[in-house]
Amino acid sequence: MKYIDEFRNKKLIDKVASEIRRSVEVNRQYNFMEVCGTHTVSIFRFGLKDLLPDNINLISGPGCPVCVTPNEFIDKAIALSARKNMIITTFGDMLKVPGSYSSLEKERARGADVRMVYSGIDALDLAKKNPGKEIVFLGVGFETTAPTVAQSIIAARKNKVKNFSVLCGHKTMPEALKTLTEDPRLNIDGFLLPGHVSVIIGITPYLFLPRRNKRCVVAGFEPLDILQAILMLVKQRTPKVEIQYTRMMNKNGNALARESMKKVFEEYPSVWRGIGAIKKSGLKIRKEFSDFDTDKKFIPKISKPKENRACICGDVIKGVKAPPECKLFGKLCDPEHPVGACMVSSEGTCAAYYKYAGR
Amino acid sequence: MEKITLAHGSGGTLMHKLIDSLFMKEFDNAILRRKKDSAVFDIGRSKVAFTTDSYVVSPIFFPGGDIGRLAVYGTVNDLAVCGARPLYLSLALIIEEGLDRNILEKIVSGAKDAAKRARVTIVTGDTKVVERGSCDKIFINTSGVGEIYYDGLSLDEIRPGDAIIVNGSIGEHAISVMASRESIDFKTKVKSDSSALNALIARALAISKGIRFMRDPTRGGVATTLNEMVERRSFGVAIDEKAIPVSAGVREACELLGFDPLYLACEGRVIMVVSKKDACKVLGAVRKDVNGKKAAIIGEVTRENKGKVLLRTSAGGKRLVGMLSGEQLPRIC
Repeated sequence: MKYIDEFRNKKLIDKVASEIRRSVEVNRQYNFMEVCGTHTVSIFRFGLKDLLPDNINLISGPGCPVCVTPNEFIDKAIALSARKNMIITTFGDMLKVPGSYSSLEKERARGADVRMVYSGIDALDLAKKNPGKEIVFLGVGFETTAPTVAQSIIAARKNKVKNFSVLCGHKTMPEALKTLTEDPRLNIDGFLLPGHVSVIIGITPYLFLPRRNKRCVVAGFEPLDILQAILMLVKQRTPKVEIQYTRMMNKNGNALARESMKKVFEEYPSVWRGIGAIKKSGLKIRKEFSDFDTDKKFIPKISKPKENRACICGDVIKGVKAPPECKLFGKLCDPEHPVGACMVSSEGTCAAYYKYAGR
Repeated sequence: MEKITLAHGSGGTLMHKLIDSLFMKEFDNAILRRKKDSAVFDIGRSKVAFTTDSYVVSPIFFPGGDIGRLAVYGTVNDLAVCGARPLYLSLALIIEEGLDRNILEKIVSGAKDAAKRARVTIVTGDTKVVERGSCDKIFINTSGVGEIYYDGLSLDEIRPGDAIIVNGSIGEHAISVMASRESIDFKTKVKSDSSALNALIARALAISKGIRFMRDPTRGGVATTLNEMVERRSFGVAIDEKAIPVSAGVREACELLGFDPLYLACEGRVIMVVSKKDACKVLGAVRKDVNGKKAAIIGEVTRENKGKVLLRTSAGGKRLVGMLSGEQLPRIC
C-alpha cells in the first residue's frame, strides 16, 4: 500500500504533531477550515483532533457534495424514478439522502428501479445493455467527478446512445469559498483546500484567498497529509496558496480534464443546500448536449421543495455552527432517520460527529 | 406505510431495531431473549444448540467459495461459537426456474465438501422451485443441531481486562463477493475467508477455561459484533487499529471505495473474549489451526466507556466505533 502506509506512519505523525505544538503561538486561536468532506472524515476517523493543541480549531466546511445538493434535486430524481421504464443510476452516497418527501432508497423499496453505479460510464454501459429503458445518471460532486461525467456524455454522443441522460447537479468550489470569506459570522484564518479538486483546477482559482488575508494549503487526505498541511498553515506568515499534495498535483492542474468539463458544461448560479444560490458555482449541460440533459429531455415536475425549519444544516455546512448545537442532533436526527443531508452522507459533518465522536 | 429496505437486513442498527420491536416482542421467550448465535436448551439429559440461517449471496460463486459451502460453514460456525459440537444440518433450496442443472450440481457438491470438512451430516432438506424473477438464481436455508460440550460461554462472564482475539484478517468475504458482483478488478486478489471454525474453537476451548464469550462477525462485521457485545453492559471495549489484521487487498478496496474494514462481513472469523491470564495461551492454540495463522489480540475489555467501542487509531488518536448504520455504500469522492 505505497502512498498509504507512508502517510500513516506513527513516528512521522508524532514528529509533525510535536512540531505543530512547538510552532503555534500560545496566546492566539487558529481557525482553520477543512473545506472537503473527505478531510472531515479523515480527521475524525484517525482521531487527529486529539493530536492538536487546543488553540487550533478545525471547522468543517461545505465540501461534501451530497450535503450541498438541495432537496429539489433529490425530489426531481424521485419524480423521475416513478416513470415507467426508467432506471435511476447514482453514486452510493445519494441513495439515502432525504429529499422533501422521500429518499431514493425508500422509493427503491416501493418498487422504483434505482441502481448504484461507480461512474457515469457504468450508467452509460447500462444504457447500452437496456435499449428499451431510459437511464438517468445523477451527476453530483465537484470538480473531482464532473470531468468523468462529461466524458460519459461525450461517449454517449459518439456512440449514438439515445437512452442516456444526466440530471446535472455538479458544483464547483472557488465561488463557494468566496461566499464563506464574505460571511461576517465566520472568522477563518486559513483553509485546508481539497487535494482531489485541486488536481483538476490547479491553484489559480484560489489566488483571491490570500488577497483576502486567508492562508491556504492544498492537502491530501491521509493523516500525515493533513497534519503537515496544518503545520504549513501555522507557519505561513504571509498568506499564500501552498501545495502539500505535491505527489499528486502541480499548480496548473489537469488541462485535459478541464477541457472535457468545458466542452460539456457551462457555469451557472447554483443553489447550495443551506447556503442558497451562489453565482458561477454550478455546472449545467450546454445546449449542444441537451439530448443528454435530463432536465431538458424529461422536464421533471415536482411539488414545492420542503425543508425542516429546525435543521441547521446550512449553518453546519458553512462552519458557523457545530452539529451538537442543532436541537435535532442525535434526537430526531440520526443516521437511520436523517433530517438533513449532513447526517446522511458518510462525508457529512453531522454523520462524522455522530459516528466517530458519539455526540 | 413504512417499507422494509435493504438496510433492515444489513446487520446494523435498523436490523437490530426490527428484531427487538417485532420478532423479540411477538415470539418472546427465555431462550430467544439470550440472543445467542444458536438457541441453547435441554432435551432430556443433553444440552443442545439449534440454529438456522438463510443465504441469498450474489454472485453464487465467488473467489474462495460458493453459496453451498457458505450455507454449511455459516451454520456450523453459529453452533461452534456457542460451545457446541455441530452434528446435523438441514439444507433447504429455493431455486429459480431456469437455473442450469450443472450449476445446482456444483452448489450441492460445494455443500457436500463443506459438510465433510466440518464433519457434519446433512440429514434432511427441502426443494422448492419458484417462477423466474421470484428469487435470484438460488436461495439456501440451513438449520443445524449440535451438542453443547462447553457450557461456560456467556456475555455475563466477560470481565474488564479480558483480551479480545480475532483468528485472522477481517473483511475478506465481503470484499471478495463485492469485487465479483461489481466486476471490480483490484490489484491484489481477495479470496473469501469462508470456512468452518469448529475445529479451531474446539482446540481453543480444550486448553483454556478462560474463554468467556465468542461470536462470528458476519453481517455488520467486527464493529457491529463488538457493539452487540457491549450494548447495555457495564463494560466497554478498546481496540487497536494497528493490531487488527487487514490484508493488503481488503485495505486497497476499502481505500478506493471509502469502506471501513471494521464493518465488512466475515464468514470464517471468530471474535473471542479471553481472560487476560489465558490470552497468550489461547492465541498460541488458535494460531496452530489452519484458520488461525494470522490470529491477533486486537484489544481489551475496559471499565471505561461503558457500552461503547473505542478505537485507538494508527495515527495515535481515539474515536468511537458505532454499530453499522444502514448499508456501507461507496462514497462519491
